[in-house]
Amino acid sequence: MSLIENINKVFDHRIRLGIMSILMVNEYADFNTLKELLDVTDGNLASHTKALEQAEYITVEKQFIGKKPNTRYIATKLGQVAFQKHIDALEQLIKNKD
Amino acid sequence: MESKDYLKDLTEIKDLMNRSSRFISLSGLSGILAGVYALIGAAMAYYIVTNSARGYLILDGTIFNICVFILFMIAFLSVVTAIFLTTRKAKKNNEKIWDKSSRRLLINFLVPLIVGGTYILIILDQQKYGQSGALMLIFYGLALVNASKYSIGDIRYLGYVEILLGLICALFPGYGFWLWVLGFGVMHIIYGTLMYYKYDRK
Repeated sequence: MSLIENINKVFDHRIRLGIMSILMVNEYADFNTLKELLDVTDGNLASHTKALEQAEYITVEKQFIGKKPNTRYIATKLGQVAFQKHIDALEQLIKNKD
Repeated sequence: MESKDYLKDLTEIKDLMNRSSRFISLSGLSGILAGVYALIGAAMAYYIVTNSARGYLILDGTIFNICVFILFMIAFLSVVTAIFLTTRKAKKNNEKIWDKSSRRLLINFLVPLIVGGTYILIILDQQKYGQSGALMLIFYGLALVNASKYSIGDIRYLGYVEILLGLICALFPGYGFWLWVLGFGVMHIIYGTLMYYKYDRK
C-alpha cells in the first residue's frame, strides 16, 4: 500500500504535472512559455500555478522586462524532491503491473 | 484502485522535459553532407599540395591560402546546409527554429568553437601550425559535448570521438591530415547516417 501513498495528490493533474516537468529541467520558465508548451488557457494555467505555489512546490517572481510585466516560475527544493518521489512512485507502479 | 494510465503520465513528463529544454530537430542528413564536403575539400587540398612544386605545405604562399580558403568553404557550406535542413525538419516537427532551446543550443555550441577557432588563428599567426589539426578536432569535440545537453544527447559520443582523435593527432602531428579526414569527414558521415536512421526516418 505504501506505493500508492507516494503518489502525490498535488500532481494528480495533467497540467500541474506538466508545469513541474518543465521546471525540473529549466532554471525558470515564464508564464507564456508554460502556456505555449502546455497548450492551456491563461485562467487554467493561473489556477494550477497557484495550487503549486500554495503547496510551496514553486515560487513566483514578478518583474518587468521593459514595460511588460513578466512572471517567472521556479521549482523549489521541496517541489523537486516531491516531484522526484512522485515519478519514482509512478515507475514502481508500472513495474509492479508487469 | 483507480485505473490510471501511469505510463502515459511518465511519457508526457519526459516529452515535456525534452521539449522545454532541448532542440531536437537537428538533421542527420546535414551531418552526412558536412562529412562529404570535408572529404571533397580534403581531397582537393591533398591534390593541390602534392602536385605543387614543393610537395608539402608551408605557411606562406598561395597554396596555403588556397587551403585556408577550402577550409572556410567547407565550414560555410556545412553551416548553410545544416541551417537549411534543420529549418525544414523543425517545420515538420512543429518546433520553432528560433526559440529559447535552439538559442541555448547555439550559444553552448559556439562558445568552445569560437574560442578554439580564434586560438588556432592566433597560433597560426605565430607560425605554430603543427597542432592546428589537433586543436580543430579537440575544440570541435568539446563544442559537441557541450551542445549535447541541449539537443539530441547522442551528439556527445561524436564529441568524445573527435576529442580522442584530436589528442591522438596532437601526439602524431605528422598524421594530422589523415586524422582530420577521419574526424571531420568519415565520422560525420557515420554519425549522420546513424542519426538519420534513428531519428529522421520515422
